[in-house]
Amino acid sequence: MSTRTRRTKKEWEETTLKPALKRYPEREARFETVSGIEVDALYTPEDMPDFDYERDLGYPGQYPFTRGVQPNTYRGRVWTMRQYSGYATAEESNRRYRYLMKHGQTGLSVAFDLPTQMGYDSDHLLARGEVGKVGVPICTLADMEALFKGIPLDKVSTSMTINATAPILLAFYIAVAKKQGVDISRLDGTVQNDILKEYIARGTYIFPPRPSMRLITDVFRYCTEHLPSWNTISISGYHMREAGATAVQELAFTFANAIEYVQAAVSAGLDVDSFAGRLSFFFVSHNNLFEEAAKFRAARRIWAKIMREHFGAKNPRSWMLRFHTQTAGVTLTAQQPENNVVRATVQSLAAILGGTQSLHTCSKDEALSLPSEEAVQLSLRTQQVLAHESGVTETVDPLAGSYYVEHLTNTLERETNKYLKRIEDLGGATAAIEKGFQQREIQESSYRFQKDVESGKHVIVGINKYTSPYPPMKGLFKLDPAEIRKQIEGLNRVRKERDKARVEAGLAMLEKAARGTENTMPIFVECAEAYATIGEMCDVLRGVFGAQREFLVF
Amino acid sequence: MAKGDKIRVLIAKPGLDGHDRGAKVVARALRDAGMEVIYTGIRQTPEMIVESALQEDVDVIGVSILSGAHMELIPLILDGLKKKGLEKVKLLAGGIIPEEDCAALRKIGVVKTFGPGTSVKEIIDAVKRAASPRK
Repeated sequence: MSTRTRRTKKEWEETTLKPALKRYPEREARFETVSGIEVDALYTPEDMPDFDYERDLGYPGQYPFTRGVQPNTYRGRVWTMRQYSGYATAEESNRRYRYLMKHGQTGLSVAFDLPTQMGYDSDHLLARGEVGKVGVPICTLADMEALFKGIPLDKVSTSMTINATAPILLAFYIAVAKKQGVDISRLDGTVQNDILKEYIARGTYIFPPRPSMRLITDVFRYCTEHLPSWNTISISGYHMREAGATAVQELAFTFANAIEYVQAAVSAGLDVDSFAGRLSFFFVSHNNLFEEAAKFRAARRIWAKIMREHFGAKNPRSWMLRFHTQTAGVTLTAQQPENNVVRATVQSLAAILGGTQSLHTCSKDEALSLPSEEAVQLSLRTQQVLAHESGVTETVDPLAGSYYVEHLTNTLERETNKYLKRIEDLGGATAAIEKGFQQREIQESSYRFQKDVESGKHVIVGINKYTSPYPPMKGLFKLDPAEIRKQIEGLNRVRKERDKARVEAGLAMLEKAARGTENTMPIFVECAEAYATIGEMCDVLRGVFGAQREFLVF
Repeated sequence: MAKGDKIRVLIAKPGLDGHDRGAKVVARALRDAGMEVIYTGIRQTPEMIVESALQEDVDVIGVSILSGAHMELIPLILDGLKKKGLEKVKLLAGGIIPEEDCAALRKIGVVKTFGPGTSVKEIIDAVKRAASPRK
């Protein structure tokens, strides 16, 4: 077939394409995806020369899972609609969660403020100006109880974007469940718990890599025994891509980190099949529809091979890449903000065509502020329209077999593997981070992108082309400063009313465990139940582990 | 002040916000435009930024904040500059800063604010203008 196609394609180029190009030259000398992968005018069977359906794609629910991890994907149940939110106080955020659930959201996703992510109480000097801004402040179990008031934890799945302090927030969650009388083995949800990407992008690390990896392994071990349905980590490409990485870098840096986590757990004595099924992933869905859909397909195949071939996992669950997707915040524009609805729709579609398990659709006002209630509802409606009106959910992996999409899928896999080899040669993800490798690669990509925007090579509608005056956006979300005062008052009340001896005993146990090898998770739960604050627990850990400074500044 | 002709700029990330893509792109673009650029890295307190400005003898400070902490942190930087006698150092700010906050910040002494979608050319020009009275 391929020799014949090669000949007929040549003929087509000579007899049909070339004369046309003389009259209508192409817009660009070189077409490429936003990640810089060259795109040809036409793809044919020639572009998949060694294609073997069973080996390369196979069937959904079977190795190598290119077509999906569920045999029937969205025909049984559509993806989980999970809008990330949290702000001001636990009470306010609780109100937003109930609002979203009332409008058909099917999973919760908690955003924490920066002090909570960095292990500082709301009244710490370094928390100045940051309390309740990008998420909800959680200092003690009392805040967590307020956050989930009236939300039975055995009935929802909750994703928590929390990394350096993930074990502490998970301990708060477990303590709330116990207070609600919920059997903790039934808890369903995710902690991001992905510290390596924080050193590369986003920056909410506290401790050096080694003790951080130990805390992560403690969570793996604890959940294997006590929270069998909990996703113990969400290995994230999202933030690295938002920081400027290309699609290939997103995949490569994510999987390099993933390999490091699995290796750490295996080295700590865990059987790979005991925890691998609970690893989950988090990717962005960016603007290039086909590149993104292909990226998700390539991701599943890459992971399946890593787990089966490299780590020798035996259980098919361990080979399955399950992931959450969020549309690309970085593509949102403050100018002509209505355009963002269209961007988010295309990006959401790419995630669905790629078979995501859960999705957050960014809101039109997010280049300017946290999203308003009205804007979030539109994001949820966008997903609902795609799910129930577009028809894309009715068959599995509808892009399979497209010459272009299969070519992109193969290219992304091949280029990702090249990067993985480079990182392996540097001594693995952590060693590469310490050398600033990933950070530098991302800086290069983001600077190149900005130059392309400045030169007009990369078009952003409303920014460097088709600009027009637009009225300032109305109804933007606003934070009430009184809420922040309430947060600190509440914290002081808890500090006064709690059993001080129990707090001190808990913190002493924590210090001992941190210095030794005992699993820290049960002790975090004890400290949580004693109403120790996140700042107190992290101060103990900072004392034992030390604090990490930025590896590569510039 | 005895020093070269190059404009000296401090690019700083105050607060706990780790989103440094914009700060790094701006720092590099200013450097490519021929300026002497010092980038602080993330998690700087207002006090640390003032101290760096003093040590590095800069003409201009550019701060980048995406977390919403600008109304608390930027006035602290301005106060610190005053206390150290660095009133001549010009402060520019970029990030997610709502229009009404921009106006309030300009009132207390921020020379210029930049929102999402700003071109680096615009920032380079603004830094040159801000630094020009001293040159």
